[in-house]
Amino acid sequence: MPDPTAADEVLRAPHVLEYTYTRSVGPVIGAFLTGLRQGRILGATGDEGRVVVPPAEYDPVTARPSGELVEVGPGGAVSTWAWENEPTADHPLSRPFAWALVVLDGATTGLLHVVDAGSPDAMASGMRVRPRFRPEGERRGHLLDIECFVPEESS
Amino acid sequence: MTDATSTGQEPVAIMESPIHVDYRFTAGLAQSRFLKGLSQGRFLGQRCPRCHKVYVPPRGSCPTDGVPTTDEVELSNQGTVTTYCVVNVPFQGQSIEIPYICAQILLDGANLAFMGLIQEIAADQVRMGMRVEAVWVPPEELGPTMASVRHFRPTGEPDADYESFKEYL
Ligand SMILES: [Zn+2]
Repeated sequence: MPDPTAADEVLRAPHVLEYTYTRSVGPVIGAFLTGLRQGRILGATGDEGRVVVPPAEYDPVTARPSGELVEVGPGGAVSTWAWENEPTADHPLSRPFAWALVVLDGATTGLLHVVDAGSPDAMASGMRVRPRFRPEGERRGHLLDIECFVPEESS
Repeated sequence: MTDATSTGQEPVAIMESPIHVDYRFTAGLAQSRFLKGLSQGRFLGQRCPRCHKVYVPPRGSCPTDGVPTTDEVELSNQGTVTTYCVVNVPFQGQSIEIPYICAQILLDGANLAFMGLIQEIAADQVRMGMRVEAVWVPPEELGPTMASVRHFRPTGEPDADYESFKEYL
């Protein structure tokens, strides 16, 4: 091991940044999170037939206020995905998983979440997945009230 | 649609979204020299070979001339408060009793001020130009960190002339 007191030794150290933010969520995201706590996924109806999940207060293309919130899913199809081989402490799952955009049934946009598929061989664009919700008493109005998505045939 | 209150809970209005970033910081050669100096109770800076400005803490190059600062310079333990602010607002993780003074301190011989804590004087007595000196932690607690400087305190000398530090505000 190099001598850290040597004149030309470069020092290295852990450096942790932490911000304990609390934010207000507004009426639309608030309704979405409230739905998650109830075990339901809500999207916002927009222009041109769009159903945006998670719901936004304004249509992403026309910028007009979104219409009513509708329930989508719970099943859906993976549009794109990336395999995470080395999860960090802050990731939703502690075992290897896929990040995925999931287009829930009735939605027209993808929801970014994780798929607990076991192996990248089990992942494919177009594959069907279903959410695995946490038990009701553990849900707190958060996107991780959905613990993960799982391939539909194994659920 | 079921409404939120049918479950006996209020609709979600607030969420916690903490941000946690784990870095591994590499100080580089110049800053490593500076940090090792702190563990010996010394301020080590570097001088630009072209404009002759002395930077402390050094970054290894001169931002004006873009050349390496290879000349090491040991700075004085004393300096001048160029500007400061009184911290009156408590925040999470605060370790110092308010009110306290956060000051820009220009060490004698340096051309760059850095931030330091001023103590051993009432907050409303601190002023621009005040002469201060570093108070180091006991030798056994010295380490390669700015925490080796416990704080700065007034030396009692007459204030520095504004002309002498106006370029460093
Ligand atoms: Zn220079």
